[in-house]
Amino acid sequence: MEKFHTLTAVVAPIDRANVDTDAIIPKQFLKSIKRSGFGQYLFDEWRFLDHGEPGMDSSKRQPNPEFVLNQPRYRGAQILVARANFGCGSSREHAPWALQDYGFRVIIAPSFADIFFNNCFKIGLLPIVLDSKILDLIFVEVAMHPGYQLTVDLQNQSVSTPDHKLFEFEIDIFRKHCLLNGLDEIGLTLQHADKIKAFEDKRREQQPWLFA
Amino acid sequence: MQTLYDKLWDQHIVPTESTDAGSMSLIYIDRHLVHEVTSPQAFESLKLAGRKPWRLNSILAVADHNVPTTDRSDGIQDPISRLQVDTLDQNCDELGITQFKMNDLRQGIVHVIGPEQGATLPGMTVVCGDSHTSTHGAFGCLAFGIGTSEVEHVLATQCLLIKKSKTMHVVVEGQLGLGVTAKDIALAIIGKIGTAGGTGYAIEFAGSAIRELSMEGRMTLCNMAIEAGARAGMVAVDDTTINYIKGRPFAPQGEMWERAVTYWKTLHSEPEAVFDRTVTLDAAQIKPQVTWGTSPEMVTTIDGTVPDPARVTDEVKRKDMQHALNYMGLKANMPIQQITVDKVFIGSCTNSRIEDLRAAAQVVKNKKIAANIKLAMVVPGSGLVKQQAEQEGLDKIFTKAGFEWREPGCSMCLAMNDDRLNPGERCASTSNRNFEGRQGSGGRTHLVSPAMAAAAAIAGHFVDVRKMNG
Ligand code: SF4
Repeated sequence: MEKFHTLTAVVAPIDRANVDTDAIIPKQFLKSIKRSGFGQYLFDEWRFLDHGEPGMDSSKRQPNPEFVLNQPRYRGAQILVARANFGCGSSREHAPWALQDYGFRVIIAPSFADIFFNNCFKIGLLPIVLDSKILDLIFVEVAMHPGYQLTVDLQNQSVSTPDHKLFEFEIDIFRKHCLLNGLDEIGLTLQHADKIKAFEDKRREQQPWLFA
Repeated sequence: MQTLYDKLWDQHIVPTESTDAGSMSLIYIDRHLVHEVTSPQAFESLKLAGRKPWRLNSILAVADHNVPTTDRSDGIQDPISRLQVDTLDQNCDELGITQFKMNDLRQGIVHVIGPEQGATLPGMTVVCGDSHTSTHGAFGCLAFGIGTSEVEHVLATQCLLIKKSKTMHVVVEGQLGLGVTAKDIALAIIGKIGTAGGTGYAIEFAGSAIRELSMEGRMTLCNMAIEAGARAGMVAVDDTTINYIKGRPFAPQGEMWERAVTYWKTLHSEPEAVFDRTVTLDAAQIKPQVTWGTSPEMVTTIDGTVPDPARVTDEVKRKDMQHALNYMGLKANMPIQQITVDKVFIGSCTNSRIEDLRAAAQVVKNKKIAANIKLAMVVPGSGLVKQQAEQEGLDKIFTKAGFEWREPGCSMCLAMNDDRLNPGERCASTSNRNFEGRQGSGGRTHLVSPAMAAAAAIAGHFVDVRKMNG
């Protein structure tokens, strides 16, 4: 996993609540057995006027000029600001893969769906929860200033604006540690292999039917 | 005084004595269900890292999302779908994982076959790379969906690092009206608390109306817990649970059965247990539900009307509603019963079990689907459900009425195979998600119970199933 320390980048807004993972990456792209290449199909049904199928070259398709990510002012955005319950629905990790592959490294919303939130950390995409009032303010700023940027500082757990407003966010210390150091969670867990083994042996004795 | 969730949680913590894990705990996983869509990348990374599955007999695999529901003798036509199913077969064969292949009678939707085989047992932790894993909580176990990185984590370590949830008690007391089902309870709850209402919580469903439900009904309810935002839903173990499990292929037998049952009977919340939040519903007040929008919380009753965004003060909400109505091609204040449908889908891990098919068959018996219905299909949840239904003659009832009777799988719940809506088509569906494009790009989904879907097929528009029978 890639390390994350600080990031200053252009912000793109998705001004809708309950954005589900089906919208983030539609099902036809889930047929891939690879982990990469989903970025070009991110928000496919909203981003393109023609129907997308896996294998299509998105640079040759018909973009929907109305859709926010197609507006030149948001080109190169690495921070996405969104509304409540972002990432609800299907558990597909393809959704965080697509966001990351497209270029996003941080998503800021008033709330996230549980599974999506969890999946983001596993791949080094940072989901940040800020109060909806603060997001209201950021949405206004983004709309007013083309090229609007935010700075995210993971060590200090803060998001700051160009006019030096600073908003702090919460993050679990384990997740922070993994992100800052780019750690492989499986490797960390396997350091406890003997304890897992001991737990399993005891469980096998107490509830043998689980191991049949 | 512990809740059921607390008990299940405590039973599975692997003590690691480390302080660097923050609020996360290492939780042991008893059952790992695997399907073709969310596993290939996990198997690949596992192999690249030179790791092996920790405990093979914890895993049960099946292909369900991509499989065709029509004749399967020629295999899968779509080459990309075929590759994904073949990849699962290969991974399972190579590693020695138990799998029901596409033409096995036991094949079906992963959340139907787990319980059907007795592979889902009370007291277990059950995970699957699929959000509707919450279904299995109906058996008094802790069951939740995970992402592909976590699938790999469970394969490699038999554990997951997770944070304990808050607990929500959803208490439904009283008696359900005739023609009102678990699906209607689920949608009524989501209508009440919203699709994010359960975020951060594990829900326990309780109350006399829940105890009265069959296991099929409880599975429907727990299945929809994720649509309320809760990663896990559960119901305490009682005689209904134990009777359902008895004699199933993976269930314990003989003396082991007695031991297991003694333990399972402890799997309920203590009377004085405290929940972080409690929501109550009166079963007698619940009417058949129909969704009108593009989120399961956009729901109303069969005698209701499409709501009017003009009456909503919250601006974000109003815009969402307007957007949903445009997508759904509906007008504010229109009676739900005037909405005509093009297609009817009875199936999915929410409503494809034998009881669901019986309820739908009862409505269509000796009737014909309306002339405006382009397609009405029944997709049983598993080969065994299909076989059972055929033994009961349900297939004949459906086909006589004009329904298509298909092979088991996810089918038009998410349209990864050939079963889908065309742009603008409207569907009465027994599945769980009415998101934009879920059943096919541009398709319009209305979530209902199996009986309500069947009634819509006969009438050609939504009708109150309670007034239809007889
Ligand atoms: S039936 Fe639908 S919701 Fe259930 S597992 Fe299949 S695709 Fe997912």
